[in-house]
Parts: sequence; structure tokens; C-alpha cells
Amino acid sequence: MKKLGGLFIFILVVAAVIVATGSLYVVDETQQVVITRFGEPIGEPITTPGLKLKFPFVDTVNRFEKRFLAWDGDRNQLPTKDKRFIYVDTYARWRITDPLKFFQRLRDVRGAQSRLDDILDGETRNTIARYHLIEVVRSTNREFKANDDLVESNDRVIEAITFGRGKLTEEVLATAQTRVGDLGIEILDFRFKRLNYVNEVRQEVYARMISERNRIAEKFRAEGAGEAARISGEKDKVLKEIQSEAYRDAQIIKGKADAEAADLYAAAYNRDPDFYRFMKSMEVLENTLDSNTTLLLGTDGDLLRYLERMR
Amino acid sequence: MSDPNIRGVPRPPNFKPPQFSPRWILTAALGIVVLVMVFSMGHSIQPEELGVVTTFGSYSRTIEPGFRVTWPAPIQKVQKVPVQRQLKQEFGFRTVRADTRSQFDSRSFAEESLMLTGDLNVAEVSWITQYRIDDPFKYLFKVDRVSHTFRDMNEAIMRAVIGDRSVTEVLTVGRQEIASEVEVRLQELCDSYETGIKVDQIVLQDVTPPDEVKPSFNEVNQAQQEKERLINEARSEFNRIIPRARGEAQQVLQEAEGYATNRVNRAKGDAALFNELLSAYKRAPDVTRRRIYLEAMQDIYPTIKTKVVIDADLKGLLPLLNLGGETKP
Repeated sequence: MKKLGGLFIFILVVAAVIVATGSLYVVDETQQVVITRFGEPIGEPITTPGLKLKFPFVDTVNRFEKRFLAWDGDRNQLPTKDKRFIYVDTYARWRITDPLKFFQRLRDVRGAQSRLDDILDGETRNTIARYHLIEVVRSTNREFKANDDLVESNDRVIEAITFGRGKLTEEVLATAQTRVGDLGIEILDFRFKRLNYVNEVRQEVYARMISERNRIAEKFRAEGAGEAARISGEKDKVLKEIQSEAYRDAQIIKGKADAEAADLYAAAYNRDPDFYRFMKSMEVLENTLDSNTTLLLGTDGDLLRYLERMR
Repeated sequence: MSDPNIRGVPRPPNFKPPQFSPRWILTAALGIVVLVMVFSMGHSIQPEELGVVTTFGSYSRTIEPGFRVTWPAPIQKVQKVPVQRQLKQEFGFRTVRADTRSQFDSRSFAEESLMLTGDLNVAEVSWITQYRIDDPFKYLFKVDRVSHTFRDMNEAIMRAVIGDRSVTEVLTVGRQEIASEVEVRLQELCDSYETGIKVDQIVLQDVTPPDEVKPSFNEVNQAQQEKERLINEARSEFNRIIPRARGEAQQVLQEAEGYATNRVNRAKGDAALFNELLSAYKRAPDVTRRRIYLEAMQDIYPTIKTKVVIDADLKGLLPLLNLGGETKP
């Protein structure tokens, strides 16, 4: 009897535990829940976390993500309006705003992702096809900066944009937003993650980049040669300047000195020109007559007249 | 929890476990459960971490580093978030280390690093983003797959920023500006996505032209070097010639000065000599004149080899003389 009583208590406890676990459930901070009873949604979706009660056995807990979810676009090869083929890789953030609707329309996250694929990939394709490539690449008409000596060649005019990347993503987002309105989800953000040329186009772009660089290189070489020639010319000019100025100044100095010397001589010799002539004659005689000179001396000369007289 | 014990015990009536009564087993099982619960109450939070406590899934508080006590396991849970640790993501390359936090898809890295520039050229940009978890609540509960999201954000922002710059700017002067702009815009996006991430720094790694185009970029560098070389050579030629010419000009001027000084001094000397002589001459003109003449003759006569003395009265001698015969001018 006592043993049976114990057993009864055990069974009661077990039953109590089972009922308790069946009627209590935990909603995580990251989750929201829709309760269904035999498939029929019961009450409002539960979006607050904590320990919750439900009717045991018959109520099913359907948990949904409350956090922002990632949607990752396929890498698509798309043509732009100017017929350039590019790869576009996109991503979006979305979340479940109405779990009940979400549950009814999409069932689960995988279903939602596939709907988002349809909507966002389609909208991306439409938008890209409506604009020129530059509108996707650039966000603003910001001026490019570069070193003064590395200024881009002006041959290729950089196109200005009228819309820009931001505008295009907004456009995709807005259109997609209206199409997911009744799915119980909300797209919060959409972005172009990667853009790239498809391979064939890339090769062309590379070829263009190479020729652009070659042009810049040629420009540098020409600039170098030009500047070198200019410096060389300047060198010749300066050299001539220096040399001619030196010559001029030297001549002036010498001329002045010659003039001064002439004045000095004149001042001295003018005091007695006759005596000067005499002195200079003596000097000239001494300097011009040498051993090869034949001298005819008349005895009536100043010196030899004594010779004659003695004879 | 202890169901198998309870259910298993009464079924075989003949089987009597020698020592363990059902009550004992139940007590033991309960004891183990309680022990596990007690152990799950203590948490040691490391210095770089914060603990986020949830009560039945609902956030209740954040606990600081140290030993902390919470309610046992099914009631409260603690998630540790390393808020002080600096985390990083690499783009366009991977550090080969096994212990990186995130496992990445097997994407090719060129995919990550190739991007279009504003002049529709292509550049390869690789970078590191250093970040911390600033708000563990948001980090844990607001965004699904935060790390994946964060990578997407990085790539989108970097491409938007690069897309507004020319390839030359990206490769040369723009680096610092790009890094700081990406940093600012990425932080804004992190805040708007409620990731709880604080971006510490964007560190640009290799920023290069694509491999196919590299040689021509190098050629530009070479041309730039060549330009500088040519200019330097011309300058050095200039510097070799001009200072020397200046020195030589100085030399010419100095020589002229020397000539001038020489000339003037000599003139002065000659004039002085003449003046002195003249004053002496003036004192006794006749004698001095004669003396000077005779002295000159004294100097001159001995040097002359051929001397012919002719009487003053003798005429018509000239035809006899063989003038120019022995003498050479």
C-alpha cells in the first residue's frame, strides 16, 4: 500500500513536470514567437523575451528571428545603359516585422531569402540597366586630387554624374520595399557590395589603363628632356654673361690705369719737353745700338773732336 | 531528469538492488542536478570581457570582470563578450593563422580587393579593419551573423569611397584620406545597423594597380625618375661650369687690377725719376747734359764691334763702304 502510494506520487510528479514543460517556454532576446493551435494562430505574436505560458500539447511555438538578417545577392553579370557588362554583388539587411504574416506568406527564413532574391536581384537588374556605369561607381561629383606632376591626362573627359550610387541604391530599396510590404518583412538597407568589369571588358580597360600610363610616362620623359635643355641653355647664357662682364670690367680697369699713367707721364715730361727728348734719345740709343751696328763716327762729333785735335 | 531511475526501479519486483534503494538513487540524482546548478551559478569574467546575463532568454544585466554569481543554469545564462579585445578583419588577403575568429568563404581574394575607381579604372585595394565590440547587448541581440554583415559593410563602404577617386589618387596621395573617410562612414553604418561595433582603425595595406597593368605604372615611375635624372644631370652640368666661370672671371678682373696697379706705379716711378733728374739738370744744365751724353756714349761704344772713324773733312767716302755686307738686321 505504501509502495503504491509512493508510485502514485512519482507518477503525479512526472505528469506535473511534463505539463509544466509543455506549458512553459522561453523566448530568447533574439526571437519572436507565433503560437499556433493545431495550425491556427492564437493571439498576438510575442515579441518580448522571457518565460512565457501556453496551453500544453496543443499549442505549438513557432520561433522567428527578431534580429536584422543578412541577404546576400548573387553575383550577377549585368549590362549598364551604356552597354558595359559588369558584375554586381549586392547585400541587404532585412528583418521580420510581422511574424504572423511572415509565417503565413513565407513560412521560414529560407523562403524569405528566396523571395528577396527574386525581388532584389530583379530590381538591381532594372536599375543598373537604366543608368550609365559611372552612376553606379561614383557617389558624388567630387574633384579628383593628385600630385601636381601626376595630373591625369585630359584626353578622356571624366564624366559627371547626375544620380550617383546612393541614389541608385535608394531607388532599388524603395521599389523593393513596396514589393515586400505584405510579406511581414522590412528591408532596411540595400547596398552594392562589389562592382567589377566582366573579364573581356576588364582586358579592354587594362589596355586603356596601360596606354594612359604610357602617355603619362612619355609626358614625364619629354618634360625631363625639356627642362634639361632649358637648364643647359641657361647655363650657356650665364656663362657668356659672366665671361663678357669680366672682360668688360677688366678692360675698363686697364683703360683707366693707362689713362692715369699717361697723365702722370705728361705732367712730368711737360715740365721740360726738351730735356725729356734728350733723355729719351739717350735711352733709345742705348737700347738700339748693339754689336751688329756699324758706327761711322765723324771727327767733328762731340766726342771725337778731341781725337782730331790731339792728332 | 531522473525518469529512467524512477521508472526502472519498480518494474522488476524480484530484483532487489543490494545497497541502492530507489529513494537513495533519487536523492543522488537530485544531488547531482543541484550540484551542476550550483556550479553554473559562478562565472569568472576575464579582464577583457563583459558578461551579458539573460533571465529566461531576456536580457537582465551586464556583469563586470571578476567572479560573479547568477541564478543557476536554466534560469539565467551568461554570454561572455570580449569588449576590450581588439578584433580585426582582413580584406584582399589573409594572414595565415589557424586561430582567426571567423571562418571565411573560399572566395578568391582578388574578388575582394579589385574595385572600380571614379575614372572607371581598376585598382586593387587590400586593408585591415580593426574594431572592438562596444555594446555587447546590441552585438548579441540586434544583428544576425554580425561578422558576416560587418564584412559586407566594409566592402560596400570601401568601394563607395574608392569609386569617388581617380586611380592615380587612390594609388598616390589619397591613402590617408581614404582610410579616414572609410572609418567615419563605416562607423555611421555600424551605428545605423545597431551592430554594437566600434571601428578603431582602417589600415590600408597594398594599394596597387592590377597585375596586368603594373608594368606600365612602373614605367611611369621610371619615367618620373628619368625626368628627375635628366634635370639633375643638367643642373650638375650647370653647377660644374658656372662657379668655375665665376672664378675665372674673378681671375681676369684681378689680373686687370694688377696690370692697372703696375702701370700706374711705373708711371709714378718714371715721373718721379724724371722730376728728380730734371731738378738736378736745372741746377747745372750744361754740365749735366754733357755728362749724361758722354756716359751714354761710354755705354754704347764698347758694345759696337765695327767702328769707322772718318775725318770731318773727308768727303765721298760713302761708296767705299760695304754697307749691309756683314751686318744682318
